[in-house]
Amino acid sequence: MSEPQSVISARNLDLTFQTNDGPVHALKGVDLDIRQGEFVSFIGPSGCGKTTFLRVMADLEQPTGGEITVNGVSPREAREARAYGYVFQAAGLYPWRTIGGNIRLPLEIMGVPKAEHAERVARVLELVELAGFEKKFPWQLSGGMQQRASIARALSFNADLLLMDEPFGALDEIVRDHLNEQLLKLWDRTGKTIAFVTHSIPEAVYLSTKIVVMSPRPGRITDVIESPLPKERPLEIRESAEFLEIAHRVREGLRAGHADD
Amino acid sequence: MKSVLPVLTVIAAILGIWLLAVIPMNMHLVADQAQRDGAVVQPETPAARQGLSGAALAVRNPALIPLTYSFKRPRLPSPQQVAGEMYETIFAKKITSKRSLVYHGWVTLAPTLLGFAIGTGLGILLAVGIVYSRVMDRSVMPWAIVSQTIPILALAPMVIVVMGSMGIQGLFPKSLIAAYLSFFPVVVGMVKGLRSPSAMQLDLLRTYNATGSQGFWTLRLPASAPYLFASLKIGVSASLVGTIVAELPTGARAGFGARMLVGDQYGQPLVSWAALFAAALTAAALVGLFSAIERITLRRMGMAAA
Repeated sequence: MSEPQSVISARNLDLTFQTNDGPVHALKGVDLDIRQGEFVSFIGPSGCGKTTFLRVMADLEQPTGGEITVNGVSPREAREARAYGYVFQAAGLYPWRTIGGNIRLPLEIMGVPKAEHAERVARVLELVELAGFEKKFPWQLSGGMQQRASIARALSFNADLLLMDEPFGALDEIVRDHLNEQLLKLWDRTGKTIAFVTHSIPEAVYLSTKIVVMSPRPGRITDVIESPLPKERPLEIRESAEFLEIAHRVREGLRAGHADD
Repeated sequence: MKSVLPVLTVIAAILGIWLLAVIPMNMHLVADQAQRDGAVVQPETPAARQGLSGAALAVRNPALIPLTYSFKRPRLPSPQQVAGEMYETIFAKKITSKRSLVYHGWVTLAPTLLGFAIGTGLGILLAVGIVYSRVMDRSVMPWAIVSQTIPILALAPMVIVVMGSMGIQGLFPKSLIAAYLSFFPVVVGMVKGLRSPSAMQLDLLRTYNATGSQGFWTLRLPASAPYLFASLKIGVSASLVGTIVAELPTGARAGFGARMLVGDQYGQPLVSWAALFAAALTAAALVGLFSAIERITLRRMGMAAA
């Protein structure tokens, strides 16, 4: 174990779904390490297995071959230890619970003492800039605010790993820019390890310390780019030459993946 | 309040048709009676009148038309006669009287509510079983569907007679029929409701390592609330119908069903009609009550405005 600990470690990972049209190779021969504190984006066209890979880390899918560890243990043990927070494509807030009630849901399920709830809810709402919305119901919030609330829900139980599956995919670009900026700040303040699935090249380049480019049939990793961008990233950085160069490399990687079709 | 005008329009149309229908329906009876009372009626012989339609008879004897609205034992009572009978039997009679519709209403309502409670409880339990157990899903659901294809009119007397021979009478046998009719919509609605959470919401609970019962209480049960209320509204009116049907064929002496039958057998159509309308109003009130509970509950749950 070197200084920054390996949070996710995948070796020769395979996952084949048996469907009526025959086997589908969602993941084939995937090797990857995510170290503590990294912000890793997974990018690729649909069917490249990026969401499947994330779901394997979360123990929502079972690999059919190879090895994977989360925090040094199996994904199942990690899930049972509540080692990660998962943010889905849709906010999926319970409509019958207020924002505060939604954030308390994991706390109630995990048996966090009631006395701590109020403090934790206030803290995570402040992290996603939703302080004051605790008593509102989800339908009273915009789509972007609902997604922020779902991020707050994933943060409330203090897991060090955040798995995010295209959390901003359904939002318009202006809202998305704002949320990306907020997410970077949040990552900086909390020091969490984040695995982030996206299909937007600028989003991946802007957010990540490491960009994993994937391609479909079979789902595999075609390129892993360590970003040279500084940790401090204003939105304007997206017009810098460095940024455009990385974006270009990502695009090349995506194109190369498609060329084998 | 937007629905007031359409509702009033429909009621006015029904009243109009009813008022028109009273004339031809009662014309023959009125003409026979008028002749016995010494009036001149066209045509003169009852046999000749039988050959004419009620409408044709009315055209020939326009003077008799008003009498069709107040005939004592009409084939079709007029709206004002039914309203009068209802006023008298609901408000003017003491509620302990055997002629009070309030008394008969309670005799019907009590088993309706008991049966509805049994049916709802049973329905929810069956739905939970069906959703959580594959064996129950395969075995119970088909039987629940088959149970609703048995004509209740055939089943009700059998249940009442068999239970009567075992010495069980009164409230409980009628409740059983009411429960039999109301459990089915509750089962169907609750199964749908308990299965309504999306795969994503279930995955979310899995990432929390939630237990099955936590998933039930925090997700599946609250998610099924809107479905349950839709079922309750159907179930409560079905319960009332079930109770009335249980009163019909068994010589029950009290209840809406008994009043309908008594009116029919003893040539007192007003009694039947008043009981019929009182039953309809009771059903409407029950459904209205559950609509109100639904609105309040869903608003409290934050789901009404969504």
